[in-house]
Amino acid sequence: MCGIVGIYLKSKKFEKDLGKMLSGMLINMESRGPDSAGFAIYKKEKKEEFKYSICINNLAFEKFKKGITGKIKFTTILKNSDHVILSSKEKPKKVLDILNEFKGVSLVGYGKSIEIFKQIGNPKDVVKKFNLENFSGTHGIGHTRMATESAITTDGSHPYSTGSDECLVHNGSLSNHNNLRRNLTKKGINFKSENDTEVAAGYISNHLSSKKNLKETLMSGLGDLDGFYTFITGTRKGFAIVRDEIACKPAVVAETKDYVAIASEFQAMAHLPSVNMAKIFEPEPGVVYSWGN
Amino acid sequence: MKLDLRKLKLRKVNETLQSIDQKRNNKSYTILNPEGNHAICAGLTDDIDVTVKGHVGYYCGGMNQNANITVEGNVGTGVAENMMSGKIHVKGNASQSAGATAHGGFLVIDGDASSRCGISMKGIDIVVKGSVGHMSAFMAQSGNLVVCGDAGEALGDSLYETDIYIKGRVKSLGADCIEKKMDNKHLKKLDKLLKKAKLDKLKSKDFKRYGSARKLYNFKIDNVSNY
Repeated sequence: MCGIVGIYLKSKKFEKDLGKMLSGMLINMESRGPDSAGFAIYKKEKKEEFKYSICINNLAFEKFKKGITGKIKFTTILKNSDHVILSSKEKPKKVLDILNEFKGVSLVGYGKSIEIFKQIGNPKDVVKKFNLENFSGTHGIGHTRMATESAITTDGSHPYSTGSDECLVHNGSLSNHNNLRRNLTKKGINFKSENDTEVAAGYISNHLSSKKNLKETLMSGLGDLDGFYTFITGTRKGFAIVRDEIACKPAVVAETKDYVAIASEFQAMAHLPSVNMAKIFEPEPGVVYSWGN
Repeated sequence: MKLDLRKLKLRKVNETLQSIDQKRNNKSYTILNPEGNHAICAGLTDDIDVTVKGHVGYYCGGMNQNANITVEGNVGTGVAENMMSGKIHVKGNASQSAGATAHGGFLVIDGDASSRCGISMKGIDIVVKGSVGHMSAFMAQSGNLVVCGDAGEALGDSLYETDIYIKGRVKSLGADCIEKKMDNKHLKKLDKLLKKAKLDKLKSKDFKRYGSARKLYNFKIDNVSNY
């Protein structure tokens, strides 16, 4: 099962309400995924500064802060429940190496604009825990998980991010992820879990890094990724959805002059402003729909 | 009578519609604020009129008997699934598996229907004014599927005895599905269905008929009198 949701703002009108809109969508998708939930929000970026979203689990915030002080020069460090958003002007490679070696914490994503939060538990509780309602931004993606092929853990929760400002949520299952993981590992992509979706995220990162755009990347994914899927993926300035050619996994898109909303089921977006006036359609199988770049 | 899903629980609304006292109640109902809920109007058995004002979720009007349901919006997966009789009119688009396994009744979709429309249909008549997606009428057993637009890939795969009428383009035919001759009997039947769907302006001769080549399943039409 699993529920996926996404919202991309075409105008500035709803930037302040993005968190509120997305949290309603996630809560309405509880019936499709009660095990864990997560979301990625794209905010306005600061030049030369990268943000790192880190799940510190049970580690005390002060201990984490002490642990990185002196190792990473950071501009801000903000705690949000068991997640930390660390901003730094240092080169990402250095920061990533330090964070990846830090025991007991896991990096859930990084980039100039993206912030990711994900945790086990009911979507309603996860949304409340991170105060998603108060977030503003330009686009966001979310996921409610019904665990099937790997355990209910933070690392097994979506969204997955394997590259700067990239993220992916998935409803479905992949059947050739082990082979793909081996090939991508050889190309230098690191995986943290046994999860199939993380492999798809790695596949997308690998293609985007070779200068393909999001649409081209997902088009080639249709040939290489075997299994059932509806994917919603985000980049710094883009947003896209694709369904496999069998199209067993549902999706519905609602587009108005102000926003594009995507969800597994219409009930996830029934609360959105003027949704009844929106152009509502079901994305066709094997077709990539994208907005932005 | 108005039933507002923001004020009433779905179960209460369905129970009300499932237990009509024909002598006392009126026969016309309106459901407000459906907001994509699943199983709206499932399991109705009485000859009543229900109008749903908005978009609905999965299995709307499932197992319907006798009721006349109109949805003023889009429907999710499996509208009219296993319908026995009555009528369902969708004014928007339908998601996949519209009319799945339905034994009877009449389903009209004003917009498009996505994949697997009429999958395993067993006697229902379906008229889609737009187009249908891939694998429509998969393993369809009896009844009629009429499509005024185009049909997606693998139309009528593993088909039994359903008649399929398509006005537009067929992307590809599924296994054991072939184009068949449209004789007078079929033209008359199609005219009747088009009229019933208020599509009098369309001409049955503009449609093509598709059916089973009867090579894939064991039933042999030559032996029909022996069964």
